[in-house]
Amino acid sequence: MPSHILAVATACLSLAVAALAQETPVAFTGAEIIPITGEPIANGVLVVQRGKILAVGSVSSITIPPGAETRDVRGKVIMPGLVDSHSHIGGAQGADGSSPIQPDVRVLDAVDVRHPSIQKAQAGGITAANVMPGSGHLISGQTLYLKLRDGRVIDDLLIKLADGTIAGGLKMANGTNSIRTPGGPFPGSRAKSAALVREQYIKAQEYKSKIERAKGDPEKLPARDLSLEMLVEVLDGKRIVQHHTHRHDDILTVLRLQKEFSFKVVLHHVSEAAKVAAEIAAAGVPSSIIIIDSPGGKLEARDLTMENCAALEKAGAAVGLHTDDGVTDSRHFLRSAALAVRAGMTRAGALRAVTIANAKMLGLDARMGSLEPGKDADFIVLSGDPLSVYTQVEQTWIEGMKVFDLSDSKDRLYALGGAGAGDPRRVQLCCFGSAWDIIIAANGGEK
Amino acid sequence: MKPLTMFAIALCAAATAGAATLSLAIHGETIHTMVGPAIKDGLILIRDGKITYVGPAAGQIVPADHQIIRAKVATPGLIDARSTVGLSGLLNQPQDQDMLEKSAPMQPELRAIDAYNARDPLVAWVRSFGVTTLNTGHAPGALISGQTMIIKTGGHSVESDLVNPAAMIAVSLGSSGVIRAEGPAAAKSPGTRAKAVAMLRAELIKAQEYAKKREAKDETKRPNRDLRLEALLRGLDGTQRFLITAHRQQDILAALRLAREFSLDLVLDGCAEAHLVLAEIKASGFPVILHPTMARANEDSENLAMDTAGKLAAAGIPFAFQSGYESYVPKTRVVLFEAAVAAGKGLGFDRALAGVTVDAARILGVADRLGSLAPGKDADLALFDGDPFEYTTHAIGTVVNGRLFADGPH
Repeated sequence: MPSHILAVATACLSLAVAALAQETPVAFTGAEIIPITGEPIANGVLVVQRGKILAVGSVSSITIPPGAETRDVRGKVIMPGLVDSHSHIGGAQGADGSSPIQPDVRVLDAVDVRHPSIQKAQAGGITAANVMPGSGHLISGQTLYLKLRDGRVIDDLLIKLADGTIAGGLKMANGTNSIRTPGGPFPGSRAKSAALVREQYIKAQEYKSKIERAKGDPEKLPARDLSLEMLVEVLDGKRIVQHHTHRHDDILTVLRLQKEFSFKVVLHHVSEAAKVAAEIAAAGVPSSIIIIDSPGGKLEARDLTMENCAALEKAGAAVGLHTDDGVTDSRHFLRSAALAVRAGMTRAGALRAVTIANAKMLGLDARMGSLEPGKDADFIVLSGDPLSVYTQVEQTWIEGMKVFDLSDSKDRLYALGGAGAGDPRRVQLCCFGSAWDIIIAANGGEK
Repeated sequence: MKPLTMFAIALCAAATAGAATLSLAIHGETIHTMVGPAIKDGLILIRDGKITYVGPAAGQIVPADHQIIRAKVATPGLIDARSTVGLSGLLNQPQDQDMLEKSAPMQPELRAIDAYNARDPLVAWVRSFGVTTLNTGHAPGALISGQTMIIKTGGHSVESDLVNPAAMIAVSLGSSGVIRAEGPAAAKSPGTRAKAVAMLRAELIKAQEYAKKREAKDETKRPNRDLRLEALLRGLDGTQRFLITAHRQQDILAALRLAREFSLDLVLDGCAEAHLVLAEIKASGFPVILHPTMARANEDSENLAMDTAGKLAAAGIPFAFQSGYESYVPKTRVVLFEAAVAAGKGLGFDRALAGVTVDAARILGVADRLGSLAPGKDADLALFDGDPFEYTTHAIGTVVNGRLFADGPH
């Protein structure tokens, strides 16, 4: 047999073995476990099987299933895989310069799964991310909630919802980013921005009622409009608006529109959140915040403060953190949580802000964001305290499969950088599709 | 009220009342002097902007007129070895961005001192994290973008804060030095790496010839004064060192080649691919002001690594940390944070702290005054409530020339 065929066969075999290994429960024993939704467990056990968490608890309270493979992780810290509620990994762009409102544009059609930013995010302990188009439009397109599996094609990273649709949100923005020189289709002022958005949602309401009135009669159905279809999903609460906004008055404009059209919304960046923390809390709207090492960079971020997280937490509003990668680097995501603590947030709140709080903002908290039986086996193994500068992310696991290991020289390159860290990943999976297809097959089509 | 908050209020009161002549007694649970082992339960006395005592607190009498400040950890004031703060401002609007003049590819005559805004909020921002000294000036982005100066972060005026008004001449090799000029100057700008080096060589030779002509016995044959060539002459005679920004290994090697040809004294800047040419850098004897540890890896710097500082240390190459230049956000990085991440990625605490204090002072040529704590040195200090590099530690006060600032706690 020619050696290359042998190599291919071996590669496929090892994949099959990896998939089979999922059948055997794996118990990680002895680590400090931070489940997020419960108190930290000093001497803990995490048992995973078929990509799900079977059990989590203290060594004394958990019975490890017979036949389970045991991994000794004493001295380590295990916590849920990090969920990044706002990222641009994968090098994708959304809407173009033709119009300020483009809900029909999907970032799905542009993400490069071999882009090194995805490996770097894995190295940072990120297991799921909301990959967004940019903020230069009022509506710049559909976002994509991804699991950062080792994928060959974008489909390998998608999250499918119960109804079969692909999980994602809708990116909106206000403030200066979407304002351009008057004369073209883009708004020239804040009030015009809001007027254009209102106009569009009213169109979507009318489109929706036309469809409802038609009662399935093809004669009466309006012509399909991909943009309005998306906005109807938003009006129906099926798709969450992920809204870029900085200044205090822009934040209130989002809340005003949200009230008018009762859509689900997450406020992103919210540089001046501390000024309107009470209003944000009263609206019951969550905020996804970025920590940047210095304020400024543009006028509407002049008053950016690291204390936004603490101010919102104190006001009783939900707080998440995000990287906005490449604005900040996915490998420093835990650092953002630590800096939020430095600026007054509680430790527990900051840890939630990179896990369960973000999962909720994506509507995916039933399957990720904490270590609980039945949830996806997405977790990270740390060398120590998650909020210490001296701690390393040693391993990242997604649905029971290891996607990053600091002791592997190829993975280490993405963790630290170096010659070749900017090159696209070479995918080595072969003939049977991705490892995930094999797992799906092994689990009877279920993941 | 939490002790930290109470302390912060005490500090604010002190800062408000604080005159430059205030005498301070800093009581530090740990004092890193950088000229010997850390002192436990130590004391630093400050009068008239200078340190008068550093040592154990036990048995040392604090004069009655000294205000007592307590800190868990005290270090020398942090030094940012390469910045554009004060030339590039917080707002990122045209009126506060003076770090790069694009009208010609080579303008060594541009002086940082003529553009520095001591009251830009970024100066106070970096000071609130313990930074007391900046080597700031013209940014990478033109073949020769101008000069840097060394300045304290007192925030009053450029004159009152100056340490060295003309520190280095900033040169950029690689893509940041190529075709960045605008307008009519674009045609005179280099389009390739090799052309950039050729233009530099030609300019340095012109400066050498200018120097010869100026020595002409017949005064009428002497050339008119040329500020641009005079600046280059100061580089050629070693009065001002060349700060060459080079990221790709071939650009680093080109810088070393230029230095050999013209006997230049260099400081290497950026050096994303230093890890590929450690032996060559070591052999040159030149120090490195390393790119920010958390810098974005793109274009020329796509191969940068967070553990390069550790590799420079292991190779015995002197280096310091910098905040660098950012066109977008963060409008300035904070050198404390950049050293911290390097500390956590293999460099370790001691060398990381040296890279923002004593080693930085040596590379900037100001170690006689700055970068360490000893009697007679400038009273520049950074005070913390824990390990300075831990993310959750606060910078609780910064002393510049004996004046206490408490903008934080940050």
